[in-house]
This record gives sequence, structure tokens and C-alpha cells, in this order.
Amino acid sequence: MILALVEHERGLPAEASLEALTLARELASVEGTDLDAAAFGGDGSALADELGTYGVDTLHHVDHDDLDGYAPEAWGESLGQLVEEIDAGTVVVPSTDRGHEVAAHAGVTLDAPMATNCVAVEVDDAGAYELERHRWGGSLLEHARLTGDRKVISAAEHEFPVTPADEATAPTVTEFTPSLEADHLRVRVDRVEASDEEGIPLGEARVVVGGGRGVGGAEEYDQLEELADLLGGTVGASRAAINDGWRPHDDQIGQTGAKISPDIYIACGISGAVQHMVGCKGAETILAINTDPEAAIIQKADWAVVGDLHEVVPELNDALRDSA
Amino acid sequence: MNVLACIKRVPNTGAKIVLTDDNQRIDASNLGFTMSPHEECVIEEAIQQADAHGGSAHVLTLGPEEATEQLRTGLAMQADEASLLETDGSEWGPRATADAIANVVREMAEDGTEFDLLLLGNESADAANYQVGVRVARELGLPCVTGIKSLEVEGDTAIAGREIAGGEEIYEIDLPAVITVKEGINEPRYASMRAKMRARNMEIDRREPVGTAGAGSLEKVRLETPETDDSAAEILGEGPEAVPEIVEILESEVSVV
Repeated sequence: MILALVEHERGLPAEASLEALTLARELASVEGTDLDAAAFGGDGSALADELGTYGVDTLHHVDHDDLDGYAPEAWGESLGQLVEEIDAGTVVVPSTDRGHEVAAHAGVTLDAPMATNCVAVEVDDAGAYELERHRWGGSLLEHARLTGDRKVISAAEHEFPVTPADEATAPTVTEFTPSLEADHLRVRVDRVEASDEEGIPLGEARVVVGGGRGVGGAEEYDQLEELADLLGGTVGASRAAINDGWRPHDDQIGQTGAKISPDIYIACGISGAVQHMVGCKGAETILAINTDPEAAIIQKADWAVVGDLHEVVPELNDALRDSA
Repeated sequence: MNVLACIKRVPNTGAKIVLTDDNQRIDASNLGFTMSPHEECVIEEAIQQADAHGGSAHVLTLGPEEATEQLRTGLAMQADEASLLETDGSEWGPRATADAIANVVREMAEDGTEFDLLLLGNESADAANYQVGVRVARELGLPCVTGIKSLEVEGDTAIAGREIAGGEEIYEIDLPAVITVKEGINEPRYASMRAKMRARNMEIDRREPVGTAGAGSLEKVRLETPETDDSAAEILGEGPEAVPEIVEILESEVSVV
């Protein structure tokens, strides 16, 4: 049996969880076994209705008197106990912060290996997984072999387009009550503090104007801010620019920063280092403005202007203001 | 408060990843090595917390002899001590690594050094297994929270924040604890030349790592650089003369004007 962890908001499954479910269903089909889902809290029956579209046979709704809100170790321990109870061979989780955290705990409970950010999984005759997984934020692929009676894997984001099952199911909902001790519950969300950030978050912006070391200084970002404003977008920066103290870390695009997926990414004075480019893989198109025609970004962009951003951007701003 | 900062030596990547001929690792002969970005913040946080609450910051890595380079970076940043769990250079998986770290933490406790806080990166830049911190914590019976971008210690409590959509969720956990951090939690300092010189001569504690992986396994077969569309961009022009072409693209190709 394949068990997929589903994160949900009031019974509506999260996109990344549906992607993981898509991988889980492929595996269940190849192994000729059931596809079950596990979810914490909320209304199990409402969620089950949603999950029927994706071919889930049984939804295990995990509940416990002491489980109120997110608690990583308790969730992971519960997931592990559920796997043992229903004898699932593989757990598939979304590659989210919580998905990875819960899966790591479940891996400990199960004494099982865990392969993260998988993009393809094949099952060999012995039941081992020949898989491909992302390294370096997806700029490198690792071919690996995952073995064991219990396996934990996460589905890399945006690699498994959400597809409904050929035949919808009417999932059975079963309640699962884990056996939890005080230690499992010592880490839990105490409170949530809302952000006072204004503007469009980088990850959601349709237009992103990025600035790298070529921008030259903190104040020079004003012209990029203006361009972003004219286009209804948001400004981001490369790690180099942030390390120079020109922009706050929240503006970082890249492997250890934000992942963007705008309609267009306008990269100004950015060389195109691997760790930056993995953050803008999701961009529909890239326009690079760079003085160096040999810069790596030129290879990766759709369009390029060879020139100094300090000359090009103000003139572009003027033109956009005039046409507005 | 004694803080352990766990780091990992990884290749620098630059503009393009090049593999060795056997496709087993990244060819680092040109660009050399560094540590994962989250882990520069791990060291900075360890130093700041140890300074603020009185105690020492201890940097630890599991890796080959050459990983002393990354430990010395930590010492130059003003960490107090450094330990190398010396390997033959082969890649250790997350479970064996976690076991080795837990074992050395126990060993150091027996020798009189107890850590109140164990800091690791949320995930390594190269392998991104997302689990060493959790596995270390569970083996040592400590509470653990991952992906932290703000941290304050008050008495025996760590107040740790994790970014979520639209805000931050706050955890309050009792020390000792294991916390994995993300870049952005602080701004790592640059070491002065003088500090680098001093770090060059500091002693590094060396130990043999002892770690096992448990049931089942995840084994690397080979690496591959994925195919990318590296067809060069269409050059719209040079300098400001290209502005009309840019406007045209913004209007018709991506419809954002």
C-alpha cells in the first residue's frame, strides 16, 4: 500500500499535496496496490470528497485529544504509527517545509530511509526504487536506489502535474488515533504572527525585476523599484547583492531564497549563477540586461539587451511612463 | 550557553555545474569548496547566542581532512572551537551522518562539554536530504524544530520563528534543543584578515566518526546535469537603443503593459 500525506486547509488539499498524490497514485498503480491518504485535523469527510477525484481508496483521518494545530514530532510519530498499523510500504509527502519535517520524524519512527525531492520513480523486480531526485535545487539530478521494507519519499515541487484519476473513487474515511507521549508534543506552534510586509510577495508576482551585483549599490535599486512599479511587479535580488548589504534577505531569489514564477523576469546586472537560476526556473520568460554578452544569464534568457542597466532602465522607465 | 554549529563542506557552483568523468561528484578543481549558505548563518547564530548568554560556540563537520578549511572559516568568524569527524572523502548519507553527530555529542558530554543548543542548516546545498537535524534530535531525545528564520533565547526557552505564507509561526521550546535554520536568520560576518591568520594556527579536534544507517538504504548511483535549453537569448540590441524592443515585448509577448 502507498500512503500519501495530504496537507489541507479546511478540507481543501494543498497543490503540493495533490502533486505528491499524483506520484503516489502512479506508484500504487505500478505496484498494484491501494492508494491511501493521511490527513491531520479538520473535517475528514469534506476532504475525502475532494480526494475521491484523485483515486484515493481510504482516507486515514488522524486525530488525538492533544493534537491541536501543527506539532512536527507528534505528526511524524503519528504518521509512522499509521504506516505500521496499515502496513504501508511507502509514504509519499509533498516537498514542503512541513512535508519534509513530518517525513523526517516518520522516518525515525519507522527506521526507514527517506529520499527527498524525487522527480521520477521506477520500481524494480525486487521492490526497490530506482529514482531520480533533485540536488542543488534541481540544477543537478541524482540517480539513486532506495531499498527497504518501508520507504519515505517526497515529490519535488512542480514535477508532477496534478491529474485526476481515470476513475474517481469514494474514499472510506477511517479515524486513526495515535498513541502519543508528552515528549512527542513538546514542539508545537505556539502562535502565528502576521507579516507587516507590503506589496506583492516575490513568489506570487507576475513581473519580477531582479538586481545583481551589477546594480552597484543600495540606492541604485530605486530605478528597479520604479520599473517594477510601472509593471505592477516586485523587486528581487541575487545572493551577491544581498551579501553586499544592498537589499534585505527577504528579496533573495535563489536556492536559499524565494522561488519565483512570474510571466517575465527582468534580470538586471545578474550573472546567472546556478544557485540564483534555480530560484527562477519557474519564470515563463526571462529578459536579461547585462553589459557582458558572455554572461551565463544570456544563455538562459529568452531575450537580452547588452548594455549598462544604469542607462537602459531609466530610459525604459521613461518610455513606459510615456506610454501609460 | 554552549552552542554546537554543524556544517557541511560542499563544492562552489558558479555559473555551470561540471561533473567528474565518473559522474559521481561535482568537479571542484576550478571553483573549490565552501559551506552550504544556511550554514554560514548557523555559525553566525551560534557565535551570537554564545556571546549573548555566555558560553562557547563549537563548529563541527563530518568530512575529509580538507574540510578543516570550512572549520577554519568558522574559527575566523570567532567560533571558539572546532571538531572534524574525519572521513576518507566518501559521501556519508543523512542517517549515518546524524548517528555520527549524535554519538560525538554524547562523547563530548561525557568529557564535560554539554551543548544547550545544536544548530544545523535546514538542508545541505548539495544533497538537500532535509533530515539530519531531526534524526540527531530524535536520537538524543531532544526537541527539534526546522526551517527557522528568527531565534531568541530567554532563560531555558528558545523562541523560534518559521516563515509561512503571510507571516511567521512561533515555537517555544525548552533547551537543550536542536534547531535547523535558513539563510536570512542573520547576516554572517566577514572575518578579518587578522582573524583568518589566527584561525590558521588554531587547533582542531579530530575524531573518527562512528555512525550507522539502520534498515533499508538510499544509495547514489550517479549524477547527471539535466538538459536545459541553452540556446542563447535573442539579442534585442545594445544599450538604451533597445528600449523600444523591450516595450514591444512587454506589450505583446508577455502582455504586462
